[in-house]
Amino acid sequence: MNRRTIEENIFKILMIGSLCIVIGSLVIIFGLVIINGASSLSIEMLTQTPTPTTPGSPPGGGILNAIVGSLILAIPATAFASLIGLGIALYLQTDFLTPRVSNSIRFMLDVLWGIPSIIYGIFCLMIMIYIGMSSSILVGMIALTMLEIPIITRSMDESIKMVPSGLKEASYSLGSTKFETAFRVVRRQAFPGILAGILLGLGRGIGDAASILFTAGFSNRLPTSILDSTAALPTMIYNLYSTPLGQSKAFAAAFILLMIVLIVSVLSRLLTRRFKKHIIK
Amino acid sequence: MNTRKLRDAFGTKVMLALTLFISSLFFLVFILLLYRSLLVLESHSIIEVLFSSTWNPDAGQFGLAAVIVDTILVTGFALIIAIPISLLSAIYIVEYAPRRVRKTIRPFIDVLAGVPSVVYGLCAFLFLVPLVKDVIAPWFGIQSTGLCIFSAATILSVMVFPIIISLCIESFDAIPLALKEASLSVGATKWETVKKVVFRAAAPSIIAAILLGFGRAFGETIAVNMVIGGTIRLPNSVFSPGETLASLIASKYGELMSIPIYESALMLVALILFIVVFIFYLLGFLVLRRAKKRWNT
Amino acid sequence: MVSNQIITKNLNVGFHNHHVLKDINIKIPAKQLTAIIGPSGCGKTTLLKSFNRLLEIQDDVKIGGEIIVDDVNIMEPGLNVPDIRKKMGLISQKPYPLPMSIFENVAYGLRIHHDKNSKELAETVQHCLEEVGLWKEVKDRLHDPASRLSVGQQQRLCLARAIAVQPDVILCDEPTSALDPIAAQQIEKLLLKLKKDFTVVLVTHTLRQAKRVADYVIFLYFGMVIEQGPAAEVFNNPKSPEMKAYLAGEIS
Repeated sequence: MNRRTIEENIFKILMIGSLCIVIGSLVIIFGLVIINGASSLSIEMLTQTPTPTTPGSPPGGGILNAIVGSLILAIPATAFASLIGLGIALYLQTDFLTPRVSNSIRFMLDVLWGIPSIIYGIFCLMIMIYIGMSSSILVGMIALTMLEIPIITRSMDESIKMVPSGLKEASYSLGSTKFETAFRVVRRQAFPGILAGILLGLGRGIGDAASILFTAGFSNRLPTSILDSTAALPTMIYNLYSTPLGQSKAFAAAFILLMIVLIVSVLSRLLTRRFKKHIIK
Repeated sequence: MNTRKLRDAFGTKVMLALTLFISSLFFLVFILLLYRSLLVLESHSIIEVLFSSTWNPDAGQFGLAAVIVDTILVTGFALIIAIPISLLSAIYIVEYAPRRVRKTIRPFIDVLAGVPSVVYGLCAFLFLVPLVKDVIAPWFGIQSTGLCIFSAATILSVMVFPIIISLCIESFDAIPLALKEASLSVGATKWETVKKVVFRAAAPSIIAAILLGFGRAFGETIAVNMVIGGTIRLPNSVFSPGETLASLIASKYGELMSIPIYESALMLVALILFIVVFIFYLLGFLVLRRAKKRWNT
Repeated sequence: MVSNQIITKNLNVGFHNHHVLKDINIKIPAKQLTAIIGPSGCGKTTLLKSFNRLLEIQDDVKIGGEIIVDDVNIMEPGLNVPDIRKKMGLISQKPYPLPMSIFENVAYGLRIHHDKNSKELAETVQHCLEEVGLWKEVKDRLHDPASRLSVGQQQRLCLARAIAVQPDVILCDEPTSALDPIAAQQIEKLLLKLKKDFTVVLVTHTLRQAKRVADYVIFLYFGMVIEQGPAAEVFNNPKSPEMKAYLAGEIS
């Protein structure tokens, strides 16, 4: 009997230790970013583009190019991905397709979700070269859209699944067509869940570096047209992390990214909670 | 009346077109990668590419063995660290933690999952790399810059925690209370119940979680790239620098974009990456789906 | 002189701020079959699960009062709970075989508690399976997964698993409600046989079942004990209006 309790106690310690490691990692990451990022954040950092480096003096300026670039890339990409995603998710949910086909499509989307984002970057890069374009906001936006579509679609799909089927049947029995049901009833019920899915996609898209590394290029200046290369917060971090002088910019960018992640996380949690409360059962 | 029908038909067709297009995306990517890899495969046999460790593009040598070894080391090591820590944490959260702790931990795990790879890489560079260089490697008697396989594996394991933990929590939660009661009422302790009943009942889900974790780790590009050191050579120890399949693409793309055969070699690497990650995810999701079906009966 | 296996004194149980069991004072006689009856939702299962302290594994449970088993108050703090539980076997409404083979299910408790060698283990497992009438049906497939058995067989397996560790009491929570009539009858016959060696406490929501098998009856109504006593007395001479109404089928 003693042996059993001793074994349990040993494992309890191991369990708590493991949890501490997990939480500790999060704390370290947030700690590093907040401490280093907060100290490099300044009005200058946020509102200026990097000044050209002259040998012998540290790079100056700020990360405005990255901030603007990230917004220009991620927001339209998320918008497109959301529209497309909503269409697909609704289509899957209403009874246009047999369950077998729609589940296969869902599976395909899950796999697309898991593919390393660099593959999307390479795909778009190939097409870009084939057409003869060079790295630009346009291509980066397309890569991000491709990245976000599976995420947003599946999240929306899961939210819509939670709409009880009784509701759909009630709508059919009132004479609505399948399409109208899809659009009016289902979408409205699942709205907070759909929003949460969009946020999830946005958060992922803004933070992703691999897909836009080659497709959006990099630039120290603000973009002036959709065909310009541009920096973005993740690519800025990637390019500047290894030089001690560039690290202040990198941490400032990381700080902003982390804040975005937190906001997205909190918002989507609030939304899903409100969503669960208001489901008509 | 007519416009309703028309609008209905139009909307349906549009949605159908979108769905078909996105579903075919997977195959489009695969075909494109395959097509672009053909060039290098014309002049180099696949055996040579996979098993030679000489990577010298200028001399036309594209041996990936060193990169493959590094990838296996990094991924394997990361999972060896991540699996026990994640399993133990998940069990603690579901079975032992007081309810307040359980509720506040879940958001933490979600946030961990949402942190971008670059940020992980940045923190690893600033915190982990010096630690390895000044403390960990010397403790083993090895000199290292800190940019090495060990650092990449460690940060990778942190990135894998949330995946395994949240899947495990979901599957442990799904185990019926009565099953645990059946074990407890025979006089088993909670830990014995966990060991003999919970783990066994959740085994398929745990396997699925591990497979998905593998897939994630295998394909992680940016964070690994930032701390692994970028050397293509068979490693002497885990504290040697290296390069994984994914990080290789990020490292070498700029250089090799201009010359078709180099680019083709990288496309081949991307293809291998794509296929392997796909297989891990395929297996993981299949096991997961079978496990979910079991618990829904 | 019938001794009492279990006595409760002012047992009160609260769940998420609902007062589920109120001032329960009952006696459960030894080596007899006691039926706990009453309308659904009145706390019968809660009462049953308080006997082996299984209630405590859920959140938000408050238990007050004493439960005396064999002259020992099992609610005393500091006692070893798994050992207490070992003295009581439990079978639930829906059979829950453990995710292992038939043999391992029965051997489960034995492996935990005793360092028996494999020969003794196999003998005990066979004996328990014989006691519940399963041996002939499963002796050729002992190492098949238990999930392959029919529902009725699974429930008998759960019984075998419970008696393997030689408890004093067998707690049964509506054990036949998920079974077809033939399997249900088998379980009832088994319980009648087992009560010679074990104290059986049976929660049932079918009055007819209680009438068939009970020696002693406890009537629970909205968390309170309205009547208790030998079966003949309670069924033939009900004293309380609620009991009369329940017997007449007016409340169920």
